[in-house]
Amino acid sequence: MTTNNPLMPLMATIVETVRETANIKTFRVRLDDEAAMRDFTFLPGQVGQLSLFGVGESTFVINSSPTRMDYLQFSILKTGEVTAALHRLKTGDRIGVRAPLGNWFPVELLKGKDILFVGGGIGMAPLRTLLIYMLDNRNDFGKITLLYGGRSPGDMAFQEDLKEWAARQDMDMVLTIDNPADGWAHEVGLIPNVLKEMKPTPENCIAVTCGPPIMIKFTVMALQELGFPDESIITTLERRMKCGVGLCGRCNIGGKYVCVDGPVFSWAELKDLPQEL
Amino acid sequence: MDTIFIQRTDIGRWLDRLAEERTVFAPTRRDGAVVYRPYRTGFVLELDAMPTTSPKEIVFPQNETLLTYSRAGNASGGAPKVEARETLPEQKAVIFGARPCGVNGLGVFDQVFDNDKTRDAYYTARRKDTRIITFACDRPRSTCFCTNVGGGPGDAAGSDVMLYPLGDGFVAEAVTTGGKAMLSLATGAPAGDREVAAKALVETAREAMPEPLELARIRENFDKCFNDMEFWEEQSGKCLSCGACAYLCPSCHCFNITDEGTESEGKRLRSWDNCMSYTFTAEASGHNPRAAKAMRLRNRVGHKFVYFPETHEGEVACRGCGRCIVSCPSSVDIRQIAKAIQEYCDDDK
Repeated sequence: MTTNNPLMPLMATIVETVRETANIKTFRVRLDDEAAMRDFTFLPGQVGQLSLFGVGESTFVINSSPTRMDYLQFSILKTGEVTAALHRLKTGDRIGVRAPLGNWFPVELLKGKDILFVGGGIGMAPLRTLLIYMLDNRNDFGKITLLYGGRSPGDMAFQEDLKEWAARQDMDMVLTIDNPADGWAHEVGLIPNVLKEMKPTPENCIAVTCGPPIMIKFTVMALQELGFPDESIITTLERRMKCGVGLCGRCNIGGKYVCVDGPVFSWAELKDLPQEL
Repeated sequence: MDTIFIQRTDIGRWLDRLAEERTVFAPTRRDGAVVYRPYRTGFVLELDAMPTTSPKEIVFPQNETLLTYSRAGNASGGAPKVEARETLPEQKAVIFGARPCGVNGLGVFDQVFDNDKTRDAYYTARRKDTRIITFACDRPRSTCFCTNVGGGPGDAAGSDVMLYPLGDGFVAEAVTTGGKAMLSLATGAPAGDREVAAKALVETAREAMPEPLELARIRENFDKCFNDMEFWEEQSGKCLSCGACAYLCPSCHCFNITDEGTESEGKRLRSWDNCMSYTFTAEASGHNPRAAKAMRLRNRVGHKFVYFPETHEGEVACRGCGRCIVSCPSSVDIRQIAKAIQEYCDDDK
């Protein structure tokens, strides 16, 4: 934060919007204070609070990569009052930003490892930031595999990225949807089932997963079945948050606060916490 | 002089002098409840009853403005201009007549709102210039259990001045330099033997407190009973999820942030919130990690006796003031819940 008041947003302007799906829209924003934008640093996995004054604030992952700092990107699933209002914004509109907040993926620990990404729906957003970071530092990491699923072809976000990633020789990508659909040339089936069929090897591999809570639960079970130890499974959690800085008391899981101790956790950490996911 | 005896009849004159420099918040009776309100000459003090509310509201108001915003149209037809303005408070205050449990509650706030990782600008702005004159307790209520959780009826931690009641006045003892300066404005006589007599009364109060809870055993057993939903449903059976416990608690600090106003101007507010409310953790997606009342009560008790101590060197976030017990509309008693956890035995389940 560039202000001493962690609850005070910085003003930012939307420089571009991308319609991802019927209910997911991406916003690319720049902080209005050019010096603050130039000095802004974050690590993959960190989140921000976006403010639409008069409506409210909500938490979203910064899903651009720190290796590409032209703008900060947030992809927003329309689910509630704030997100519905944010979806009505367009290029040139101004919003408040409080970022970066929370912890980040353990990038240093991931170096030299194979990485298996498993993303579901809007849960692809936090994975995107780490995946791009890794692709931009490709030699630091081993084999990179992405399994990404949506309910239907129309629910697959980040189409520009998917085209680029499909063309790359230095990563593997598997896409899946829940039920068969005309013109769909990829896998069909729920993510945990497709994952089991892929049979990724757990040796020297870290799995990074994010999606709806139910998907995370069954994906973790599938990974464990495949032999992934709890320390090698990383996920990011959502919670209803307000302050984002460990004050408002809303997002605790036992003694941890998702907003400051997370949103990134290993499954080894999570299984030691009260089971209230 | 650091310790004097102040007649009750001289208290008003002392507060008049303190109020020349600072806003003095003092206990008074309103609609049957004892609450802290800004003191003015002629104010009717309530010096004997335990305040219904806690002094937290003086440094952490029930609601406060975090910022104001405005959105003005752009004459050239471009996007409207939006501005957000910080609204930091300025307050020089004296809390008069806090009880040791209430002052201890502010100790929890200090740890949460003013630590090496995070400083809450609004809280610290009020807190840094707030002085505290505490009433020691000579008559604990049946619901008091401060000695169970690390406090005591004469605990001076966090206070600038301690007042020990004795007959028609108070033995007043300066605890800090700021307290000494405040005490110099009071009209009083040397305390003499009255200091010993007053402190003996407080010691008697301490001895009258209930058997201590076994805090380490509560922490150990909490893990054991965590997944026993039958146990938690029994404990939470009477609870109405009204949140009175949290609002009256001297250490509960959870809050909500909401915007209020029109599209063109308004403010962002912070308001007290409570973890017994369903909406506290309900996510926009519909998922709620603590959807059931039993899960919410478990978290509330867990936070007080287990989670907070885990991260704050064993310190319990319940201060034993009993306000939640006195004011609960359905007689939920946190002591009984703590005791039930303490006595929870795996072998019987």
